[in-house]
Amino acid sequence: MMTATFLILAAIAVAGSATAMSLRNAVHCVLALTAGFLGLAGLYLYLGAQFVGLTQVMVYVGAVAILAVFAIMMTHHPGEPEERFSRLWLSGFIIAAAVFLTLARAITLAFVASPASTTQAAAPSVTAQQIGDTLLSRYVLPLEIIGLLLTAALIGAVIIAMDPKDDPSHTEEEATQ
Amino acid sequence: MNPLEACLLVSALLFAVGLAGALTRRNAILVLIGIELMLNAANLNFIAFWRYGPHPEALTGVLFTIFSIAVAAAEAAVGLALILVAYRHFRTTNLDRMNHLKG
Repeated sequence: MMTATFLILAAIAVAGSATAMSLRNAVHCVLALTAGFLGLAGLYLYLGAQFVGLTQVMVYVGAVAILAVFAIMMTHHPGEPEERFSRLWLSGFIIAAAVFLTLARAITLAFVASPASTTQAAAPSVTAQQIGDTLLSRYVLPLEIIGLLLTAALIGAVIIAMDPKDDPSHTEEEATQ
Repeated sequence: MNPLEACLLVSALLFAVGLAGALTRRNAILVLIGIELMLNAANLNFIAFWRYGPHPEALTGVLFTIFSIAVAAAEAAVGLALILVAYRHFRTTNLDRMNHLKG
């Protein structure tokens, strides 16, 4: 059974993403992407994963989209005529369509082959406390690794993006040359 | 239609949209966004299988999605930093003009 809620949320997610991938102005693309991410967060909430839905809003809408807007504004060339698609756009679209058709056919055939007994009446209720307990008992090692990964990635991002001209160890060298 | 099947189809559509964007856009930032969309499609699959699978009380899908979101955030930060450096070198984010490796 598909409810109207599911259909509306799925339509928002897919339409937002498709608009984000097809507009000309990059800032408009990120705005549409935000709508797509919000639709996806709504889908998570609809499926009963409240914590993941709110994390999605916080991380993607709050952080990744803002980061992308900053990057777009820092790399903006006003005079340059922007072309949306690369020279090989036709083969790209053909590959994407082929991937979708393959996946859709596989999914449909799988459900035809074994009409699922997977339908569940009530959504499983999962609280933030349960997630926290599981994270700090069974999944404590992955949690630590993720913390390390995030620290390393953020320090690495700052070091990669640092302008060599602003680095004090380089300025003296350049001044003497 | 089975709800799990509907979720999987939506997820496949999102993946295809992200793939089309990553393969065809010229702006490097939008290519990165396409990759983020593909990661999100995978997350939707995890949540759908968790919701309609046999053991939702084990929370496996939810926790995998949380870790996956964290990895995606790290990827976005490093990716955008790399794009900024490439922009400083090539003075453009147009991928068709970033066509040599030598500095």
